[in-house]
Amino acid sequence: MNARVPINRPKLVVVGNGMAGMRTVEELLKLAPDAYDIAVFGSEPHPNYNRILLSPVLAGEQTIDEIILNSHEWYTKNGIALHAGRTVTGIDRARRIVATDDGIAAPYDRLLLATGSSPFILPIPGNDLPGVITYRDIADTQTMIAAAREHRHAVVIGGGLLGLEAANGLKLRGMDVTVVHLMPWLMERQLDRTAAQMLQQSLEAKGLAFRLEAKTEALIEGESGRVASVRLASGETLAADLVVMAVGIRPNVALAKSAGLYCDRGIVVNDTLQTFDPRVYAIGECVAHRGLTYGLVAPLFEMAKVCANHLAGYGIGRYAGSHVSTKLKVTGVDLFSAGDFTGGTDTEEIVLADPAGGVYKKLVIRDDKLVGGVLYGDTADGAWYFKLVRDGRSIAEIRDRLMFGEANLGDTGHQGQSRALAMADDAEVCGCNGVCKGTIVKGIKEQGLFTLDDVRKHTKASSSCGSCTGLVEQLLMATAGGDYSAPAKLKPLCGCTDRNHQQVRDAIREEHLLSIPATMRFLEWRTPNGCATCRPALNYYLLSTWPKEATDDPQSRFINERAHANIQKDGTYSVIPRMWGGETNSSELRRIADVVDKYQIRTVKVTGGQRIDLLGVKKADLPAVWADLGMPSGHAYAKALRTVKTCVGSEWCRFGTQDSTTMGQDLERALWRMYAPHKVKLAVSGCPRNCAESGIKDVGVIGVESGWEIYVAGNGGIKTEVAQFLVKVKTRDEVLEYSGAFLQLYREEGWYLERTVHYIARVGLDHVKRKVLDDADNRRVLWERLQFTLDGEPDPWHDMAKARIDTRQFEALALA
Amino acid sequence: MTGSFAIGFAAPVSASTSKDSTLIAVCSLEDVPIAGARVIERPQHPDGNVALFRTAENRVFAVLDRCPHKGGPLSQGIVYGDRVACPLHNWSIELGNGAAVAPDVGCARTFPVNVERGIVFVALG
Repeated sequence: MNARVPINRPKLVVVGNGMAGMRTVEELLKLAPDAYDIAVFGSEPHPNYNRILLSPVLAGEQTIDEIILNSHEWYTKNGIALHAGRTVTGIDRARRIVATDDGIAAPYDRLLLATGSSPFILPIPGNDLPGVITYRDIADTQTMIAAAREHRHAVVIGGGLLGLEAANGLKLRGMDVTVVHLMPWLMERQLDRTAAQMLQQSLEAKGLAFRLEAKTEALIEGESGRVASVRLASGETLAADLVVMAVGIRPNVALAKSAGLYCDRGIVVNDTLQTFDPRVYAIGECVAHRGLTYGLVAPLFEMAKVCANHLAGYGIGRYAGSHVSTKLKVTGVDLFSAGDFTGGTDTEEIVLADPAGGVYKKLVIRDDKLVGGVLYGDTADGAWYFKLVRDGRSIAEIRDRLMFGEANLGDTGHQGQSRALAMADDAEVCGCNGVCKGTIVKGIKEQGLFTLDDVRKHTKASSSCGSCTGLVEQLLMATAGGDYSAPAKLKPLCGCTDRNHQQVRDAIREEHLLSIPATMRFLEWRTPNGCATCRPALNYYLLSTWPKEATDDPQSRFINERAHANIQKDGTYSVIPRMWGGETNSSELRRIADVVDKYQIRTVKVTGGQRIDLLGVKKADLPAVWADLGMPSGHAYAKALRTVKTCVGSEWCRFGTQDSTTMGQDLERALWRMYAPHKVKLAVSGCPRNCAESGIKDVGVIGVESGWEIYVAGNGGIKTEVAQFLVKVKTRDEVLEYSGAFLQLYREEGWYLERTVHYIARVGLDHVKRKVLDDADNRRVLWERLQFTLDGEPDPWHDMAKARIDTRQFEALALA
Repeated sequence: MTGSFAIGFAAPVSASTSKDSTLIAVCSLEDVPIAGARVIERPQHPDGNVALFRTAENRVFAVLDRCPHKGGPLSQGIVYGDRVACPLHNWSIELGNGAAVAPDVGCARTFPVNVERGIVFVALG
């Protein structure tokens, strides 16, 4: 690729030019573009294509060109020698050479086997007749398309996913199609009987015929020498000019076996995708990992990431197996299944059945966790349920609403749309970045995007507020073929590491790590000093875990927390003086008015948090503005305590039962300067009329005649979330202790950029109740730890030296 | 991975077509925060200010203080490796050549820099 490439690079040979092998190469090129001389061998004459989308090609909805993932130019551009149409027939592991059927010998230092799988062919008479095929590759698809032009009758043996997609495609191309299936219902590995029967009915309505519990006995030759009919064990004979066998796949292990590599059902690999010969890796449908083989694309991509990492020499990451989900790609039939959907004695089921309306949903629960489900007719929430299955989080809190789906596809920014498929191409999916459905679909198709992260990077959709994530996932499922590579449960913190937020938090605590470089060293960060995503998170984790020990790194903070003001789109800043509990007085207002005049501040705006926002302050003016105001500037932009809103309460209000203003001020004075995983907003209302809107705050306090009610984890933003009742207490001190203890728990356990509502969704309100309500000692300790953290924290606006603010940032360098 | 600890590493000489590429002393290296930036003010210049970056590895770069996306002040971003993340919408810009990191597309102008005996010289052209 460039002149610095070493001449004698190690050689990587990839056997198999399919989705798994090429994905690994792509991941490898991302990590270490110049590490290897790469040669790829593939039996098919084509470059790598998206095998999942063969069904839409067969159905006439897409063309072969549209499903090519890596063009010939891609191989050339990346310096990869592609041997398409050449089959590797032998491996000499002692001499480290692979040999092909046409006499090529290629030496390797590392070998990657991605030989995939082969369709199983029934051992019955006539299985080698012309017109009898399997369904695996482009050639099979072309054979079927050609047969549909000249012939009338097709029989598909096998009523699984692939068989039904083949049958649907052949029907759309004008053939009479009968599906012969050995089991009592269709897709028995993905569906329960009810869903399968609904599926069968809708396919029958499309004109397909079925023979269930039917065993194929023989394929009968016609006068032309081509197959003419199928004889079943029942004695029935079905006319057939084309027979498609779709009765399962077998991992291709012959090559590996002949080379003496240990195989059982597949080529046996460990968690780093190495075979018993450490120079030889294997990946994809050909491998057996922890006794399992996989035939869907998402697990293959997860393997590819790990394998590439090890090939690149980083040696980080393990493949620990995958959850899989299935979506049938038959236009007009919405079907989704994931996990363990059959259940057993230790599971419970929630079922919604509306046969007339064509909707059936079954969710299977074990130990308060969703372990699987089947959706028919309405699969909009498939991605969400699948995520719940993978995350393994407790659904006890949402059990009563679980069946009704993820209403939080987002309330704002996309007109409340929740069904991606029903949207027009020019309908806006991402309201933040103005991305339409058509743009996302085009990106997925043309650039081969398979993950939410890919879509975010390339289209910007879902990359800002994230409220449209559900919609984007639906589009991925519909466009990329359903089994797109969903973000894994253990999502790495960022591209610099494979560790997730929890692993990083745990390591910082257990290893007593005190600085960002020490953390990066210990956790083997891949980049010398991280990125704009991980550094702020690490800085927060260090400060919240080791207060008074870890030192703040301002250069790892977002500009608002580094300059202690809020950057605006034109590069000026806004200043929001802190008015405790939203109360001010004439002297403060006079100072604010003078500052506005003196520094020619363009806009003065009352905020939703009961403060006054001064917008358009030049950075150089900030220190003088702060000094003239004589008020702290409010953390009104930081991942920290923002404001405590209050109503006037019992001091003035004829309905007020408690002095909410003083309570709010006490809370604000106790909690200001408190950094948190994300912003934190509080409110205190003096009566249940709730004028301070306590019901949508991270901590909302409502005064009642007999005391105070405390609500937590509300949110008034992207998705309005009503706060949940935590506890009722009697005194002011109890309000402080309970609120503070809850916030400290969140500070210690929350992941960076996780709001309280998402934190509680992850850990469960019961967990919080155990730590804060049931255990009085723990509550007191939490509250003390928070006070210890905040004690002596400087006011960054008036004690810049102690707050370690780099004042050079306020002075520009002038040219002489 | 960069392995470069050379203090005073100069940015690649840009293919500047400017008539005047004289190096001007703007400050000492110690005036620029590590993994941070300073703004070189050009109040009269139509293109606006220039951001002077110093990376954690002590490499120094000068880039126009305007993100190619929506004009955000790059000098205010988080500096990591040889890149800066724009504070407005988090585009990443390569400090060496001003190019936005893929898949974003765009380029901010860069200026030749030299550091000699602790003094930073920039050719603003």
